[in-house]
Amino acid sequence: MIFYKQNGLWIRASMLLFMIIFSFSARTSAQESTSKSLDSLDTVKGYILGEVIVTSSKNKVQIESPMPMQILSGQKLEKLNSLSVADAIRYFSGVQLKDYGGIGGIKTINVRSLGSAHTAVFYDGMSVGNAQNGQVDLGKYSMDNIETIELYNGQKSTIFQPARGFFSSNTLFLKSRTPSFKKGETHHIRSAFKTGSFGLINPSLLYQQKISPTLSLSSSVAWVKAHGRYTYRYKKEGGYDTTAVRQNGDVNSFRAEVALHAKLEKTGQANLKAYLYDSERGLPGAILANRYNHVQRQWDRNFFLHGSVQNSFSKKHHLLGNIKFSRDYNRYIDPDYKTLEGALDNKYYQNELYASLVNLYEIKDWWKVSLATDFSLNTLKANLYRFPYPTRYSYLVAASSQMQWQRMDLQVNVLGGYINEEVKYYQQGDDQTVISPVISASFQPFSTNGFRIRAFYKESFRMPTFNDLYYTFIGNSSLRPEFTTQYNFGATWNIAAEGILQATTVQADIYYNQIKDKIVAMPSSNLFRWTMLNLGEVEVKGLEVNTNLGFNLPASVFLDLGLSYTYQQAIDITPNGTTYGDQIPYTPKHSATLTSAIIWKDWQMNYSFMYTGERYSQKANIPVNYIQPWYTSDIALNWDGELLKKSVKIGVEVNNLFNQYYDVVLHFPMPGRNFRLSLSLEL
Amino acid sequence: MLKKYRNTILIFIAILSITGCRKDDLIIPEEEDILPPQTVTTTEGFYLLNEGNMNMNKASLDYYEYETGKYRRNVYGQANPEATLGLGDVGNDLGIYGSKLYAVINNSNKVEVMDVETSKRLKVIDVKNARDITFSNGKAYVSAYDGDVQLGEDSPNGFVAEIDTTSLEIKRTVKVGRQPEEMAVVDNKLYVANSGGYSAPNYESIVSVIDLSSFTKIKDIDVAINLHRLKADDYGDLYVSSRGDYFDIPSQLFVIDTKTGMVKKSFDLPTSNLTIVRDTAYIIGSEFSYETFGWNSNYSMINVKNETLLEGSFLLESVSEAIQTPYALAVDPLSQFIYISDAGDYVSPGTLYCIDKTGELKFTVTTGDIPAHIAFKSKSTTINQ
Repeated sequence: MIFYKQNGLWIRASMLLFMIIFSFSARTSAQESTSKSLDSLDTVKGYILGEVIVTSSKNKVQIESPMPMQILSGQKLEKLNSLSVADAIRYFSGVQLKDYGGIGGIKTINVRSLGSAHTAVFYDGMSVGNAQNGQVDLGKYSMDNIETIELYNGQKSTIFQPARGFFSSNTLFLKSRTPSFKKGETHHIRSAFKTGSFGLINPSLLYQQKISPTLSLSSSVAWVKAHGRYTYRYKKEGGYDTTAVRQNGDVNSFRAEVALHAKLEKTGQANLKAYLYDSERGLPGAILANRYNHVQRQWDRNFFLHGSVQNSFSKKHHLLGNIKFSRDYNRYIDPDYKTLEGALDNKYYQNELYASLVNLYEIKDWWKVSLATDFSLNTLKANLYRFPYPTRYSYLVAASSQMQWQRMDLQVNVLGGYINEEVKYYQQGDDQTVISPVISASFQPFSTNGFRIRAFYKESFRMPTFNDLYYTFIGNSSLRPEFTTQYNFGATWNIAAEGILQATTVQADIYYNQIKDKIVAMPSSNLFRWTMLNLGEVEVKGLEVNTNLGFNLPASVFLDLGLSYTYQQAIDITPNGTTYGDQIPYTPKHSATLTSAIIWKDWQMNYSFMYTGERYSQKANIPVNYIQPWYTSDIALNWDGELLKKSVKIGVEVNNLFNQYYDVVLHFPMPGRNFRLSLSLEL
Repeated sequence: MLKKYRNTILIFIAILSITGCRKDDLIIPEEEDILPPQTVTTTEGFYLLNEGNMNMNKASLDYYEYETGKYRRNVYGQANPEATLGLGDVGNDLGIYGSKLYAVINNSNKVEVMDVETSKRLKVIDVKNARDITFSNGKAYVSAYDGDVQLGEDSPNGFVAEIDTTSLEIKRTVKVGRQPEEMAVVDNKLYVANSGGYSAPNYESIVSVIDLSSFTKIKDIDVAINLHRLKADDYGDLYVSSRGDYFDIPSQLFVIDTKTGMVKKSFDLPTSNLTIVRDTAYIIGSEFSYETFGWNSNYSMINVKNETLLEGSFLLESVSEAIQTPYALAVDPLSQFIYISDAGDYVSPGTLYCIDKTGELKFTVTTGDIPAHIAFKSKSTTINQ
């Protein structure tokens, strides 16, 4: 459990004091409180075509959020040359994308050096997790049907959300396109086609139908096929210089979604969604001396059915219910691993049943409380030797209070979790009970509502995955959860439009994170058996700054600029460790991005630049583990206009323009210069 | 508009020039530590092969020179700048025969043959999933898990390749059990320990016997499941370790009499590493303790002449307590100095300990990641560990 430990006490005490002072100073303005929409983010529309200004509601949410949030939506999202969600989120500050390269390579997000298992991913309000390995491959979410991507350090600011939304150290929300019909419209059809390097073929179709004034349907299908071959080069000054073609990186995936959206009474709504993803891919593997080809393959099939209802039964009481069933299948074959029964052929089946109920009550105009209760059941089956067939029952509760005044937001959450493990065979994991407090506030210190400061304190944890606990020969059933503590202090600043300068936003945060009982694989002194242990301790100090500038230039030219910079010192502080004080692997001290777009009439030209500083591939910060910085430039030209009275969009992209060869993960080479052509048509 | 556009370009250029300074990517040079020198007998020093963690291409070679006491870390890259991605991935065995140094690089599917004086590459011999190497009569024998070229794609069996040490060509191959590990030659016969680890719980339990004249398997000796280490003594006996099944069947050490081809004795010694020098077998063992719920390592000795377990440990308690993950084990046959390594957490540099004949610690030195295999370099004769 994570209650008071001496070293953090002072920081926590002063934090608390800080919050109290805030709440007193804010009380004076309590009468002026305004009522707000339940989930003000739902009003975020992003850019409206031809209007190219950040809508005020989005900025308002962003500036008032007590926890740092970053949004990519609409045109802003489109100006990044992204095939999948993974490509886009690299532009968020504080994010490291662990990218194994190519279209089929696994891409996971690591926010503020807490590790990829500490970011929960939500798709249309429903968490998509993986109890087996804790990883969500963001490369699987193609951009065809994504409208908005939001990243929260900590949690989403609303208290009207399922308990799971509160429990992770960071949360990433992906939102698919929701239908909105203008008067007289009954349906939308949007078809798109992308092609380019790596043998990419990516057709997609979106169909939205208005069935009745209160009921609409949307469906989307997409197919991604690529041979995945590309040239890479490993070179040392005065030494070897080898250029080769990436092999076994082919991917063939199909995605289909159908959703029904219904409006209930005045404010209520209900959604029912079915999702299917099916894929086969080669696993290109690490490039090794004398070994450039691998033969392993993987199949994935993910299916879920998700229903959600939101309604108000009185002016003050609101209810949100969610239910989901998901089934994930994964198959891995390794023809090089020859057993008596033939090549290694592992199959994993995961089921999840999830139900959540959230009650929100408005005590006062300025004070809301909520109670979110979640239950989930996870099972894993696998055709492995000595497999225990685990089942996990999770009970999560989040009690929250949110006070909102004109100049002050204060949110307190108490999270309680009880996780019960059961296995059919062998040793089962220990049951876990965890209680974590979260406190967050934002405050407007001056009369201008364009400037706010914010702070949060959050404790959270991740459960050991089924692999951590039960993997034959490696798993350790006595593992405890991995805990994180986050402190954040920051400011947001909105500068009103003036002259050629359009609305500008600046966000800056400093943070301090601690990871305790980090789950790491360690060899035991029996040399042939690794084991998972709660061993690591990490301390992260970071700074994030990001800004967005828009310029209204003469001749109806609009220039949009986004800049972000991240500094991270993530230090291994494991007691008695040989690498005490070293920067943890794959964490650059400096990273930065620049995005820009020049828009003129129907034309848009984008340029984005990304820099990731030097890193180390393993724990020891020594020359043999050093990895070079990398930086890439991507450009694109888009035309968005009307052809034969149909809305048409054509785009040409060049990624990694200067053809820099680099690895994000050592020996998993990234593609050099590559191209993409896209065409979309609205009918 | 144009002016603003120009400014934007200027910003890009500025950023590019700030960040556009990737350091020259050079071959990482070797590092040198000065350790106490030692008397040069017929042994001049030794090479140490560091395995490196999988997929990291971090197999590396260190060299310790007795005369000067120089410990040169990571010598391969500097000696072979043309070798793409260095020595390779997972160094699994090391041997010296004549003027050549042989490194078996498991996940790089090769045997790297180098000049023993300069560490420069002489040849790369492709052997898929190669494991261990031993030498006899002008030939090198390499055991390997994957015989898809030699035995056909679907065979779960492994094989042994015979390499001519002059031409460095594979001359003959022979099918053995599944997942063959260590080998030894006694009386013109090659003995191969098989593990069968890919098909747990259906482990192999045999030592394959290969006649070196015909290079055919003449018999299997049934020993115990999941065999691993195999070393010959000077009295016609083989010491073979079984890893057990890691759950119910414990690790043990067996003695095979090559004259009868039968197991003649067993020791209840969990054995993770083993070396035999003169009349003594040095054994690193580890067993699970139900008292501490942790693993205990022990450092035992057997007198191989009369096959009896000797009292006590070959390591001082102060040394054995400092070692987290005992790994490499070698004894210089002349000085009888013991070299034992600590692989630590497997993902950061290890440590090599040198213990003299009296049991005193002579020195410790930082190695590469997972220091694992030691081959002594001699002036004339050849010793392979």
